[in-house]
Amino acid sequence: MTLELALDSVSKRFGDTLAVDAVSLALRAGEFVALLGASGCGKSTTLRLMAGLEAPSTGRVLLNGRDVTGDSAAARNIALMFQSYALYPHLSVYQNIAVPLRLRRLSAVGRLPGAGLVNSGVRLKLAEIDTQVRRVADILRLGLFLSRKPGQLSGGQQQRVALARALVREPSAFLLDEPLSNLDTQLRADTRDEIKALHRRTGYPFLLVTHDQSDALSMADRVAVMIDGRIVQQDTPEAIFRAPETREVAEFIGHHRMNVLPRGPAEVLHPAGSLLDLGVRPEDLCLAPDGPLEAIVVSRSFQGEETILRLRDRVGNDLRAVLRGAAPLPADGETVRLAATPGALHGFDAAGRRQEVGS
Amino acid sequence: MIRRAMTDIVLVGPAALAVVLFIFLPVAVVFILAFTDYQVGASRADWIGFENFAALFGSRLGRNALINTLVYAAIVIPASVGFGLLVALGLHGLTPRMPRLSAVLRTIYFLPVAATLVAMAVSWQMLLHPSLGLMNSWISALGLSPQQWLSDRGLVLYTLAAIGVWQSIGYNMVLFLAGLAAIPATLYDAAAVDGAENGWTRFWTVTWPMLGPTTLFVLIVTAANAFRVFETVATMTQGGPAFASDTIVYSLYREGFVYFKAGYASAITVVFFLALLLLTALQVALIERRVHYR
Repeated sequence: MTLELALDSVSKRFGDTLAVDAVSLALRAGEFVALLGASGCGKSTTLRLMAGLEAPSTGRVLLNGRDVTGDSAAARNIALMFQSYALYPHLSVYQNIAVPLRLRRLSAVGRLPGAGLVNSGVRLKLAEIDTQVRRVADILRLGLFLSRKPGQLSGGQQQRVALARALVREPSAFLLDEPLSNLDTQLRADTRDEIKALHRRTGYPFLLVTHDQSDALSMADRVAVMIDGRIVQQDTPEAIFRAPETREVAEFIGHHRMNVLPRGPAEVLHPAGSLLDLGVRPEDLCLAPDGPLEAIVVSRSFQGEETILRLRDRVGNDLRAVLRGAAPLPADGETVRLAATPGALHGFDAAGRRQEVGS
Repeated sequence: MIRRAMTDIVLVGPAALAVVLFIFLPVAVVFILAFTDYQVGASRADWIGFENFAALFGSRLGRNALINTLVYAAIVIPASVGFGLLVALGLHGLTPRMPRLSAVLRTIYFLPVAATLVAMAVSWQMLLHPSLGLMNSWISALGLSPQQWLSDRGLVLYTLAAIGVWQSIGYNMVLFLAGLAAIPATLYDAAAVDGAENGWTRFWTVTWPMLGPTTLFVLIVTAANAFRVFETVATMTQGGPAFASDTIVYSLYREGFVYFKAGYASAITVVFFLALLLLTALQVALIERRVHYR
């Protein structure tokens, strides 16, 4: 397997704050990796380090095994799609897409207006650029908008222009910074599919930086979870969800925050609960007349296909349970009994590391 | 409905009345006077058609003032816009590394804008004094021959132009600094990723086009001020020596308020007004298409 782009224990310090802490992350050919973390966890800085927009305080950046730590963003030839799209407002869609090619292939003189009329070499290059711009514009369905300015386009169209500008020059890797966060729900779903299709079609290594776990889990082959500047777990989306390595990851992943019962009281769920904190996802907690866990319903929140119960157990732990289907709902203040299968339990030791819970 | 209309009239009325009374009416009077031989204090005026205009463009003195003003503007506009931009770029780059120094320099560059020009003119007169001035002692120290800055007919207009540049750099700098601060940092990141390796390329890819609206505004303001040059001429040279620094507005002042030739002065005003209007319209039409992005 050829390594494409890798961070080798890279740290970045801004003044007294350590934004990125000894991160190692490899982006291999044809791979789609998501870097998932809450806002302010250092994931955008990680992306900028990869792209060459920031210089690491310590550590190395490798491109195909070569040390490119000192190389500029332009020399690394890494494409980056910005959250704000960062389109040049004074240029048309066509010109925006052509910028990376013009800056790379033409000299400062060749970029002057009218240079193509005078110099046949420049004319030839402009014709090549034209072919490439039109090809990528066709892929992203921008053919009709080529002469418009970015200000005259909708958010989704602007995003496709940003994608086109990033893809037009055959980059060594493609980094996307929160590409979906400015879009409404319907467009988000479409764009997700579009980005996945682009990845399949181009085969470039993609790195998606996002705070949205459903984006990360649904799009990526591999998810790297970042918390406080460190990558705490890297694995397939399924493994991240089913077997979180640490308590932090367990509580971060999942639409509904995982319930964690402290060791001791947790024993009612499983014998291992005497030594381990036991986590159980609200979806895995179900009402059972003979369940081991007794709790009082504090409030209910009906959300269409599911209902979220907020509960408090006998020793005062707050719990959440997600109920699906047409089963009758308990009333507020009612005492209910809850159960979870041993397979749905996640054990964590005092350091927050995952420990297997026997069945 | 009527109440609404009355409220609107009451709110807009006084200001509108003042504008009509103190701006539009005098302008109209000036336009009429320009076609008469009216003198201040005279009991009557005769309609003389375009004679005043013919005198302005036909006389040696009138043409001299026009040409002097054009030469002055041709130096001051590009120099003060160019240097204003250079200083702004320098200070903008300096700010993250040395914010204190940058703030001090900003103040120094802005001082000429804030200071009273007449007082400044007096200091310039002392600096430029042929025998006592600092300028000539510096020049002599460099081994060059001292100059009659304000009384050499071939030099005086350039001296005034240099002072004009000195005076407007600060203002243009402040406008450019505001323009620079408004450029989103991600555009520079985008340019870096797109292959803009050096500052020169980044300047032409991002900075210059994004400063378009600012530059248009700076150009219009600087041009209007350059064509209106008056205070430095009035305080330092009175248009001399031998009309070598006579400019349109100074000659308009001289004809109108020294010789009391209100008709002729009005004609100069009309020409000046129309020229400025045309220039501004031209600049806006020419540049606006290229600098407004939405």
